[in-house]
Amino acid sequence: MNTIRTCLLAATMVGSAALGATTAQAQGKTLTLCWAAWDPANALVELSKDFTAKTNIGMKFEFVPWPNFADRMLNELNSKGKLCDLIIGDSQWIGGSAENKHYVKLNDFFAKEGIKIDDFMPATVTGYAEWPKNSPNYWALPAMGDALGWTYRKDWFSRPALQAEFKAKYNRDLAAPKTQSELKEIAEFFQGRDIDGKKVYGAAIFTERGSEGITMGVANALYPFGFKYQDPKKPYAMNGFVNSDDAVKGLEFYKALYKCCTPPGYSNAYMQEGLDAFKSGQAALQMNWFAFFPGLYKDPNVGGDRIGFFVNPPEKGKGSQLGGQGLSVVSYSANQAEALSYIKWFASLDVQKKWWELGGYTCHKGVLNDANFPKSAPFAADFLVAMGEVVDFWAEPSYAQLMQAEQARIHDYVVADKGTAKQALDLLIQDWTKVFKEDGKF
Amino acid sequence: MRAAYTPIEHRVRGLSDKAIAWLFIAPTMILLLAINLFPLIWTIQLSFTNYRANRPNAPLRNVGLDHYQTILSDPEIWQRMQATAHFVFWTILLQTVIGFALAYLIDRKFRGHGFWTTLILIPMMLSPAVVGNFWTFLYQPQIGLFNYVVSFFTGLAPSSFQMLGDVTLSPWAIIIVDTWMWTPYVMLICLAGLRSIPDYIYEAAEVDRASNWRQFISITLPMCLPFIMLAVLFRGIENFKMFDMVNLLTSGGPGSTTELASITLKRAAFEAWRTGYSSALAIILFVAVFGLANIYVKALNKVKAR
Amino acid sequence: MSGALSTAHSVVAPSGRVKLLAGAIVVLYALVALVPLLWIGLTSIKTPPDSISYPPKVVPFVHFEPSIEGYCNLFNTRSRQTADYLASLPPANSACEEITRSRSMVVVGPSNYVPRFLNSLIIAFGSTLLSVGLGTCAAYAFSRFKVPMKDDLLFFILSTRMMPPIAVAIPIFLMYRELGLSDTRLGMILLYTSVNVSLAVWLLKGFIDEIPREYEEAAMIDGYTRLQAFRKVVLPQATTGIVATAIFCLIFAWNEYAFAVLLTSGTAQTAPPFIPIIIGEGGQDWPAVAAGTTLFLIPILIFTVLLRKHLLRGITFGAVRK
Repeated sequence: MNTIRTCLLAATMVGSAALGATTAQAQGKTLTLCWAAWDPANALVELSKDFTAKTNIGMKFEFVPWPNFADRMLNELNSKGKLCDLIIGDSQWIGGSAENKHYVKLNDFFAKEGIKIDDFMPATVTGYAEWPKNSPNYWALPAMGDALGWTYRKDWFSRPALQAEFKAKYNRDLAAPKTQSELKEIAEFFQGRDIDGKKVYGAAIFTERGSEGITMGVANALYPFGFKYQDPKKPYAMNGFVNSDDAVKGLEFYKALYKCCTPPGYSNAYMQEGLDAFKSGQAALQMNWFAFFPGLYKDPNVGGDRIGFFVNPPEKGKGSQLGGQGLSVVSYSANQAEALSYIKWFASLDVQKKWWELGGYTCHKGVLNDANFPKSAPFAADFLVAMGEVVDFWAEPSYAQLMQAEQARIHDYVVADKGTAKQALDLLIQDWTKVFKEDGKF
Repeated sequence: MRAAYTPIEHRVRGLSDKAIAWLFIAPTMILLLAINLFPLIWTIQLSFTNYRANRPNAPLRNVGLDHYQTILSDPEIWQRMQATAHFVFWTILLQTVIGFALAYLIDRKFRGHGFWTTLILIPMMLSPAVVGNFWTFLYQPQIGLFNYVVSFFTGLAPSSFQMLGDVTLSPWAIIIVDTWMWTPYVMLICLAGLRSIPDYIYEAAEVDRASNWRQFISITLPMCLPFIMLAVLFRGIENFKMFDMVNLLTSGGPGSTTELASITLKRAAFEAWRTGYSSALAIILFVAVFGLANIYVKALNKVKAR
Repeated sequence: MSGALSTAHSVVAPSGRVKLLAGAIVVLYALVALVPLLWIGLTSIKTPPDSISYPPKVVPFVHFEPSIEGYCNLFNTRSRQTADYLASLPPANSACEEITRSRSMVVVGPSNYVPRFLNSLIIAFGSTLLSVGLGTCAAYAFSRFKVPMKDDLLFFILSTRMMPPIAVAIPIFLMYRELGLSDTRLGMILLYTSVNVSLAVWLLKGFIDEIPREYEEAAMIDGYTRLQAFRKVVLPQATTGIVATAIFCLIFAWNEYAFAVLLTSGTAQTAPPFIPIIIGEGGQDWPAVAAGTTLFLIPILIFTVLLRKHLLRGITFGAVRK
């Protein structure tokens, strides 16, 4: 009999040890906040120390790098996981998270605590908090404004020899580009050039395949060239908008930019690779999120006077890809009351001011509309401009499927040289139509 | 034979053998039923529905064999299958050739062969995900060791080619890593095969004055064949299921060049959350592995019986 | 040694020259194959700039100064600060803090590496204990008793290994969601046990088959019950096999990635899904990744050496024995 007992005993011991380990940590007042692993997250850690000091509620953080962020966190929400009490979820998740009640609806809470959503910039409210869009149903507090912009090497641009050469070649001053075409000319100008004994390259742009990288990157070319997700008058009618001649030109432009002017081995690059290329002095131009600009400005090697910033340049029209996130309470959390108190604390003007000082992009009008704001940082004015022209990807509950389709089609065309731009966009419409059909949108 | 033991059973105290047998087997079977068979049946059931794990409240609809039809008539799925077949074929071929050659050399029993064999075995014991991840670093065009070594021997500029970002090179990049990792596996099994050949067969061949080559063709290879085939079976099943290493190396890119079946499955199941559809795909893959493995085992048994 | 002897052409006893050539090729292969691993170790003791310099820096102390920065970054999270702020701080109180300051950053707190590593340990050992326990019992029963449909059951146990892990993960995900086992150590232990138990049963059945029945018979004639005989006679005889099996189970659970990445997100996440996402400030921090990888691989290196005699049996589910 002893053997059986030993077998069973071993099994129960292992089992209970594992159980005990998992339940133990739910005790004690600690909130876990989930977000992406990037510069602003470190600023939030710093900021949240005030919250802990004030309320005695401890803060734990779970940061996941961007290429894995959506996967991991949506998996967590869909599994009804209790890992995160608070989540700063990406703008496109709002539809799915609202419809499946992953997030706690905040309307009543806002009303009770006197948090006025009108205090926040309209673009960010629509982008990060509302579902359905343009209806007063709030699932998040706009936490981090963001858009896809550009940085450039101001120190290289200001070298007289380069300026003269550029002027001779293009008959204009070497400065931040005012159109997409100018941007490409500048990138071509720097590509393969020898600067201080080092070979440098034109532009670091997004080409990542696995998550959302190339879709975000190409959007910054597509929007200015005239791409639209759908007929403004007829929702989900995409023919002639997604694959319009303008859109085709935009996509061809992005491929040309990728082929001519990126650093070697740039076939699967997202924000981290862009930062690497720029910080190591390899790239003259870098496409990246405003979120990184405070950190880049502080960088000892390429920051300060050496860096300049500009809004995604127009071509036929204007347009920048929206980034940014709202702060939500996870409905599976056991600490919802504490989580809400964090949101209440975070929404106050003082905290929002400090948030901006530490390197987070506040969405609070009280900070943004301040007369001194545009001068508070070299990229502050650009941020306001960019946020005035942002466009977002689909925020439908099936956004991940729509994203996957675009990732595959665009990467196939731009990096893997498959088919033409028109074919890629036609196929994209086909894929998207299939998804919308399954969702019963037609 | 076993019947002979029954008398003892009656003589001893304690539980009967039958009771013990069930007590001993039941926990394992219950666990496997709960965590393997039940999920499999559930997957089959899901594959006939439009269920999505990220929309548990959406109305559930029976779609019959729609998913199977869609998948089997989807040219893109067949492209993924081709990519998988390309990967499986070349990894097995390379691993078998190199693995067998190594085993043959090790079987020459030079001094210190035990030590070097252990060293060679190390890569296959490591985590494919963790090591695969590091290979992305080795493959970096400008700073990576791989490109540096290639450029050292060929004179090509190290940044003139990119193993992971190039449509023609990336399928080979994953084959190289897999071969590096799993050649020792095939080698080890082949080594067992070589050592299973009794010396007297060779001695007899010596007496007959058979040449070395002749001995190799008529003794070594045929006697090793069951072992080689076993190695191919295990590697084939594993590589057909390949996910972790390739996911970290290329995540299926560039475009969909290295998107193996398992990566497609993961994307459909855990990114697009098309649970019903991906269940059907999972069943198709499982049936394919299971069917191929069974046919293969039959062939293997024939070879063994010879 | 015996090159000049008459057996020069015999495969049975190869000549000295053949041995030398064979040895040279094998050693060359081994050295080349070990380069990537060596590179992991080397990268872990470089500074981030050294790790991405071109041409690669190879020899420590000659081409680059070894540094513990990778290990510091592995265990700590950092945040960039302005020079004024750094100047206002008290002097650094640890080597890591000092290195971090020299990069204009401060240590904000510990990283998640240690908890992930602990999860790996708990889950690997927990599932190994369970699967070897269950496997030993089942293997004994299959080896010694008349079990109806024995071959079918054994084949069923084996066939559970043919499902692609992602395919298994779909229903497991749904099941764990209902049971509240998502992202728990218990859930992962049960899952890994179910995978490992098939290996354990097959391997251990082989080992127990090799123990002569007569030993138990004799013990039972001496008055032992069947279970006493199992415990006092069979188990001690099977110790080597049990240990070898345990190490195989341990290695599988330690290395597993697909289930871990799909079914855990933090609380129960193991090291393999975590190591690839260690990033520094801007880009992958390769020395830190290499440091994490090195620490993660060392236990396996030790086990490989311990296990070398049983490797073959383990990797073929006991189909090939030596």
